[in-house]
Amino acid sequence: MASTPSDAREPGRASLLYDPKIRGYFYQIALLAIVGFLIWSAASNAIENLRAQKIASGFGFWHNPAGFDVNQKLIPFSASSGSTYGQAFLVGLLNTLLVAALGIVFATVLGFLVGVGRLSHNWVVAKLATIYVEVIRNLPLLLQLFFWYNAVLKPLPDARNSIHLPGSIYLNNRGIILPSPQFGPAFEVVVIAFLIAVAAAIAFFIWARGQQAKTGRQYHNGWISLALVLGVPLVVFFLVGQPLSFDYPQQGRFNLTGGMQIFPEFVALLVGLSTYTAAFIAEVVRAGILAVSKGQTEAANALGLRSGPTLKLVVIPQAMRVIIPPLTSQYLNLTKNSSLAVAIGYPDLVQVFTGTVLNQTGQAVEVVAITMAVYLTISLVTSFFMNIYNKRMALVER
Amino acid sequence: MTDATLENAPYSFVRKDTLPQEAPPLSVAGPLAWIRTNLFSSPLSSILTLIGIYLVIDTVPDMIRFYLIDAVWTGSNRDACLADKVGRPVGACWAYVADRVQYFIYGSYSVSERWRVNIVFAMFALGVVWLLWNRAPLKKVGVFFFFVILPASAFILLLGGDRAEGFLRFLILATFALAVVYLVLSFKPSLIKFWIGEGQLGVEEAMPPWQRFYRPKRLILIAMVVFGLLAVLDEKVGLPRVDTGLWGGVMVTLLISAVGIVFSLPLGVLLALGRRSRLPAIQLLSVIFIEFVRGVPLITVLFMANTMLPLFVPQEWSPDRLLRPLIGVAVFAAAYMAEVVRGGLQAIPKGQYEGAMSLGLGYWQMMRLIILPQALRIVIPGIVNTFIGLFKDTTLVAIVGIFDFLRTIEATLVDPTWATPTTRGTGYAFAAIFYFLCCWGMSRYSVAVEKRLAAGQKR
Amino acid sequence: MKMFFAATLAVAATVACAGGAQAQSGTLAQIKSKGSVTCGVGPGLAGFGIPDAQGNWSGLDVDLCRSIAAAIFNDPSKVKFVPLSSKDRFTALQSGEVDLLSRNTTWTLSRDTSLGLNFAGVNYYDGQGFMVRKKLGVDSALKLAGASVCTQQGTTTELNLADYFRANKMKYEVVAFGTSDETIKAYESGRCDAFTTDSSGLYAERLKLQVPTDHIVLPEIISKEPLGPVVRHGDDQWFDIVKWSFNAQLNAEELGITKANVDEMLKSENPEIKRFVGTEGKFGEALGLTNDWAYRIVKLVGNYGESFERNVGAGSQLKIARGLNALWTKGGLQYAPPIR
Repeated sequence: MASTPSDAREPGRASLLYDPKIRGYFYQIALLAIVGFLIWSAASNAIENLRAQKIASGFGFWHNPAGFDVNQKLIPFSASSGSTYGQAFLVGLLNTLLVAALGIVFATVLGFLVGVGRLSHNWVVAKLATIYVEVIRNLPLLLQLFFWYNAVLKPLPDARNSIHLPGSIYLNNRGIILPSPQFGPAFEVVVIAFLIAVAAAIAFFIWARGQQAKTGRQYHNGWISLALVLGVPLVVFFLVGQPLSFDYPQQGRFNLTGGMQIFPEFVALLVGLSTYTAAFIAEVVRAGILAVSKGQTEAANALGLRSGPTLKLVVIPQAMRVIIPPLTSQYLNLTKNSSLAVAIGYPDLVQVFTGTVLNQTGQAVEVVAITMAVYLTISLVTSFFMNIYNKRMALVER
Repeated sequence: MTDATLENAPYSFVRKDTLPQEAPPLSVAGPLAWIRTNLFSSPLSSILTLIGIYLVIDTVPDMIRFYLIDAVWTGSNRDACLADKVGRPVGACWAYVADRVQYFIYGSYSVSERWRVNIVFAMFALGVVWLLWNRAPLKKVGVFFFFVILPASAFILLLGGDRAEGFLRFLILATFALAVVYLVLSFKPSLIKFWIGEGQLGVEEAMPPWQRFYRPKRLILIAMVVFGLLAVLDEKVGLPRVDTGLWGGVMVTLLISAVGIVFSLPLGVLLALGRRSRLPAIQLLSVIFIEFVRGVPLITVLFMANTMLPLFVPQEWSPDRLLRPLIGVAVFAAAYMAEVVRGGLQAIPKGQYEGAMSLGLGYWQMMRLIILPQALRIVIPGIVNTFIGLFKDTTLVAIVGIFDFLRTIEATLVDPTWATPTTRGTGYAFAAIFYFLCCWGMSRYSVAVEKRLAAGQKR
Repeated sequence: MKMFFAATLAVAATVACAGGAQAQSGTLAQIKSKGSVTCGVGPGLAGFGIPDAQGNWSGLDVDLCRSIAAAIFNDPSKVKFVPLSSKDRFTALQSGEVDLLSRNTTWTLSRDTSLGLNFAGVNYYDGQGFMVRKKLGVDSALKLAGASVCTQQGTTTELNLADYFRANKMKYEVVAFGTSDETIKAYESGRCDAFTTDSSGLYAERLKLQVPTDHIVLPEIISKEPLGPVVRHGDDQWFDIVKWSFNAQLNAEELGITKANVDEMLKSENPEIKRFVGTEGKFGEALGLTNDWAYRIVKLVGNYGESFERNVGAGSQLKIARGLNALWTKGGLQYAPPIR
């Protein structure tokens, strides 16, 4: 190439060809031109193909009646009431968010337990946690979902021989059927009482912190908050005359009717996603804890803290800084992996929208683009908040 | 810091007098002590230990009984695995796996042509060992073999028919042309002085003619040998076309993984370089691509490849059904690979860049000779982990209708020939063993590499 | 550097090969230059389109593809089968990946219009039905109130199901799966009380169950499902060829021309038969084929009745009665326009 050490020409006199700036512009313009050309040709091909194939385009389908039903829905949706494709999209989106949100909660709890368990001094616990992580991480999620779906379904009796659990809960291969709560009008009071109690608990917490800093006296924060949050609404609930009744499931011809039903597809997906992601979270947690230098633990021990408080007050707060970024990406993975629902028939966004709606409308471009946009939005919003959080955490560092 | 001393500290925080001495521990060595400290150190620990032991006792013997003791190993149809036909409790039905194993490996690939798949398997194994085994000789030739020769030969061998023949003919022609070029160059190296630096040219000219350009000639030679053998095979035995619709099983799983790694690695390196480029347009495009792909689930990428790709190209270029998920997987893996490689690039100290530049190396020379060899070596564990993820994710292609290994197992589960209550458990167990061995093996390898690298860093 | 150059050349060359092969316009011309008909079929439905262990396809829908290949190439094996799931089938046809779709596809208005498709006829008059376990004691679909029903997503089945239960004011729970395999597996594992699809499909899927005799197909047919071959808009010549290849099968049965006697029929004096086998008139050339096109179809594949008996009728495992699919002369609906 041009620039050899013996190149003794004066700067500025070199040929324009070798000017890094000019070259930079040239490369960028060339790349932009190529990408632009690719996008343009893809778009023009798509337009031409769509026209040739007489496929409708645009988002007009959004308000057309959908004409199909979905079993699990968080908002009213049925073919008989003329629900639209737009509502089908919402049903799918909410189902995705539901399973992702619950999955994140369970995966976090399980993941932290397993992660700490792997570092436990207890030999049995450490080995079991290791086996769990190794097995789960090395098997495809799809296989695990098949396993859970069949493990959840297979052993359960059919609907006519449901397992009857206390509290009118029934268990069969159609899922779990629970009494569904029916809220009376006075129930709002209870909700308000609950919110007040939460606020009070937070206020108490802050006060107790201050007191501890000042006097060193410790209060039983946890217990008192719990009593506030649970007790107050409960008392109010009885005072306003128990504005809550239950719709109990009844044995119908095929299945139990009434009550509310938790579908086995949902259970399988939730269990599968939680256990799978938990194994990855466990590794994140373990790495985070190992990243806290041993001196910290030893210093805490030297101060006379027992292992519980050491973990709670010294190790975890420091480990969290290492844990949070990869933890977030695991949360995102879980959300994205929830799209595997399509394999076991859980009506998530991909199953309802990219599956059924795409097929009924034939508008692949619009439907796939919307689906991708949804996941992309979730990812970008999450990483936006992550960046803010990271900045705040970074300030604490010295 | 205020001066916190025992004197002015709040009383409640600090104990003033020493605790009474405790009795010495019972024993600190021997098996009993080990049990005490590792299993029953506290009430909670004891409970956990007991729960753990109970879990193991509850599941392991049952699993051994189901999968080994009560299992059925031979038979030709489901009667062999039905408890009331056999007259004993029946566990896993391995006879079903044995009966269908050919299908699991090759899918519906024509039976008479399966030897071609076996050759590709063998070449693949050779390439993998060559690259991964630390002490294997001629690493660079191995890279060439794995990334150029293997994909080309696999394409020719697996597909067969006119198109493969045309491609093979072209390859042989191209190889011959290159061979001639290098033969000429051996005698007149100065012809190429526009391409290589004077220093390097001097090195070549110092050699006797037959040793000049030794490295490229080596690659051409191996290409000639392999493609020549393929041509002989095509001539003598014939390679009829086997449509991709018939491909399936382990073969497709490996194909997708291999294509994923072969294309995603170079693409990922380019994207990572792009993302760290100082040219804003290049950086922006790389970032958009990487973040876009990483922000969406693989399934939607596959759906896009499956339904939208055919729309984006002129109708007569409509890609093959198997090619579409291959493109989707390669693109998806490239974005993840780019982030791994970027991590490696960031870990290279700035002095390396500055040193390279002060030697007068251009951008590509600096990257090729100084930065990438170091960066890629650091991220081998990351690459392997990405690859494990990719390998597991290949199962998703089943959702767009490709018969990968897991899908072939699923497909046999609705076959009444082997419909028994334990067939499903057996099939899934077989799949689990396969995936576990592959993924676990790879992760062991990555751990070993990590250790070796760490040893190199130790002082 | 040089290696990169070579690799680029190689890629460019393959792309050029791939692109250059089909530069002509017109589906028939493309097929002739390719040397085979590319036919989208189901991923495996006994009786209609299913591959055996060696990858040879057979079935009623497959026979239609073969008859087109026979008409064009005089060789029924010159068909490339592309198995398509119900989710992929239309995009595959629209994108030109397959020349026609012959896989249990219901003819509806919206598919004709907004999907840009042309149905070339009805090779099987079907209707959606239900399958349930015998031990449930259900003998009518009207007794399915409150049942959970397994179905395959992306099909008209899913819509008909909603309509039927809505019309009869019954509640139900739908469980939709991506593939028919997953659907039938879920039904078998007890996830659903009923399994619904086209009734021909019910018979075929029932064969996949462990004990097929434990399940019954309910008598109600809740929808009209005219299944037939489909081509895309924009090539009327190709549309005609597909349409008339099927009509030829029907006409052959009506005229009593079979695989066995078609050679004798060449000597027939009956003007209808003469037109059929191509000894009179130039009907084949009008289609862009040879005049013995219909003769080839019957000779190499057989007439509609033969194909039906062999694949789904008495001569098969499915044992479906002709019913609506009998010729119009025998009380059915199959009625082909005359060749003249």
